[in-house]
Amino acid sequence: MIKGYLGVDVGSVSTNLVVIDDQNQLLAAQYLRTSGKPIETVQKGLSAIGEDLPADVEIAGAATTGSARYLTSLIVGADVVKNEITAHAIASSALVEDVKTIIEIGGQDSKIIILREGVVTDFAMNTVCAAGTGSFLDQQASRLLISIEDFGNYALKAKNPVRIAGRCAVFAESDMVHKQQLGHNTEDIIAGLCEALVRNYMNNVGKGKEILAPVMFQGGVAANAGLVQAFNKYLGLEVVVPQHYGVMGSIGAAILAREASRKKGSTSFKGFNIQEINFKTRSFECKGCSNACEVVQFFENNELLARWGDRCGKWELQAM
Amino acid sequence: MKISFPHMGHSYVALKWLVENTGHECIVPPEPSSRTLDLGVRHSPEFACIPFKILMGTYLEVIEKGAEVILTSGSKGPCRAGLYWVMHQYILEELDVGVKVVAFEPPLCDLKDFFQKIRWVRKTGGLSLKEFVQVLRVTWEKLKAIDEIEKLSHEIRPYETNRGETTRKLWQALDMLDAANNEVDVEDALQEGQKLLQGVSQDRSRNPLKIGIIGEIYVVLEPAANHYIQIMLGEMGVLTDRSIYLSSYTSKNTIENREGDVLEVAKPYLGEAPIGGHGANSIGETILYAQNGFDGIVQLAPFACIPEIVAKSIMPAVSRDHGIPVLTLFIDEQTSKAGVQTRLEAFVDLLDKRRQVKAKRGIERLVI
Repeated sequence: MIKGYLGVDVGSVSTNLVVIDDQNQLLAAQYLRTSGKPIETVQKGLSAIGEDLPADVEIAGAATTGSARYLTSLIVGADVVKNEITAHAIASSALVEDVKTIIEIGGQDSKIIILREGVVTDFAMNTVCAAGTGSFLDQQASRLLISIEDFGNYALKAKNPVRIAGRCAVFAESDMVHKQQLGHNTEDIIAGLCEALVRNYMNNVGKGKEILAPVMFQGGVAANAGLVQAFNKYLGLEVVVPQHYGVMGSIGAAILAREASRKKGSTSFKGFNIQEINFKTRSFECKGCSNACEVVQFFENNELLARWGDRCGKWELQAM
Repeated sequence: MKISFPHMGHSYVALKWLVENTGHECIVPPEPSSRTLDLGVRHSPEFACIPFKILMGTYLEVIEKGAEVILTSGSKGPCRAGLYWVMHQYILEELDVGVKVVAFEPPLCDLKDFFQKIRWVRKTGGLSLKEFVQVLRVTWEKLKAIDEIEKLSHEIRPYETNRGETTRKLWQALDMLDAANNEVDVEDALQEGQKLLQGVSQDRSRNPLKIGIIGEIYVVLEPAANHYIQIMLGEMGVLTDRSIYLSSYTSKNTIENREGDVLEVAKPYLGEAPIGGHGANSIGETILYAQNGFDGIVQLAPFACIPEIVAKSIMPAVSRDHGIPVLTLFIDEQTSKAGVQTRLEAFVDLLDKRRQVKAKRGIERLVI
């Protein structure tokens, strides 16, 4: 029997599941679009990854991360719940021991994590603006009628990237249209967009951070070769894109699952066959005081598993 | 007259008493909610910061409830918030809601104006000077007691064993302070409240991380504007202290200038440059917290707040020189708590790991 550890990362755009072994080797991975339905997506992903796994793998630990980590932990039966910043840092330092900088760009958020001697010393995450994230490129790609997968290849063919204002996604778009109408070719415009995103990222989350090599570049956006090139050009060094750049958060969670379940001596993992279980949430407004908190109740086959959302703790119930 | 004022944390308990005992009717401002923000955003300039929008919304809410006069504060210093009341008044005049905005500039700026306005509030309420001084005295005691009880709650919360117990006890204690009608009552209520909080079931074997909360005054003081950050951190097992309490701010900035220390330690980074608002304070307070053994700092700033942006860009140097990590959170209309929670959890992980590494190094040094 091989021991496997499950990591589930449920973000705004994608849901990633991985199973790793004791040597951090990937045994299986699943990448799904969350599509605003985290519960169903996790159920689907779990049964899919269960089928992918070799028969001799037994899940010895599970962990969840991402913005829906608490909800997901109830569905999966997680041994540990961790925020995605810590999860990313753990995955990267497990792969590249002396990593000093992590650039992570996802669908709606982007972060920078600074590590020294294997310890996180500083981090930042975009706050009120999504201009420096994957959805910015997604939008511009659909405007140019190019699939996001081809985006990077266009950028690599550029001879003279045009300068596009990248501070705001909306203004970038009008700037881009302007450049198109001036007659610049698509390749140069796309490379310009990549550079605009990098500039925005560096001025926003990267501001005031000491960026030292090795620099890892991960998150779904790292698939874009044009961006890798733009980062190399801006930073004057070669960023490292890990093999499994898209699922680093879940790899970090899986590593944490291994540590937690070893410490605990067992796992709370519920198994892969949760497709039949009916998970649902129902909410009500508490009338206890003027705060009128919206209390969410989480049910597994009509059995109340958890309640949250109240500020005073009166309704709180955690079955884990 | 029906009088109201901005909502700032729990201060309404004392201000309500002040208004009612000066012979007016008090319209208590509701805690800022999503409706407050909706109203505020609709009637505010797009580029105004979040305190402006929340206050705008609050004013419209209290006007709905019948407020005729709104008492608020101006402020010294070049931060634009000092002029917000003028803007608010213009907007309210345009909306033709028939309300009067009375702003108290700090007496350090304009003593005559300050006393004229105070006199007007007193006279219209029909109080003699002697009676009014007594009312002010009780209000001041209440304000101090509220701050003291809240401060204690933040010290106890990281030790609580049942989530929420401290917060519920804090609410009870505030109700008791609300009912107090003279200085003796306030003192009794304070002591009763402290006893209540001390009685929360606690695990004192914990060694909580310590985080200092600094930044722009409104978002630091109003929990509804900062996602109840001190409660959130406390329930994550972190002891928090914040740089500003209304009672200390008022005494520092209205009666005499006692901020000397904070501004003095900030000098190597700022010199004499007046960057406005609480920018220089944020730098100085970070240094003082570092010197007092705090593990980290959370800087709260309204989105586009110039003083805090300047402070933020100086922060990496302060953080490096004084060995204290700083997390800056910009606050805007976005109401999702999840993003803040994620950053705070990661920050707490960072501080925790840092403490472990430090402890380990300390032991190694001892062995050598």
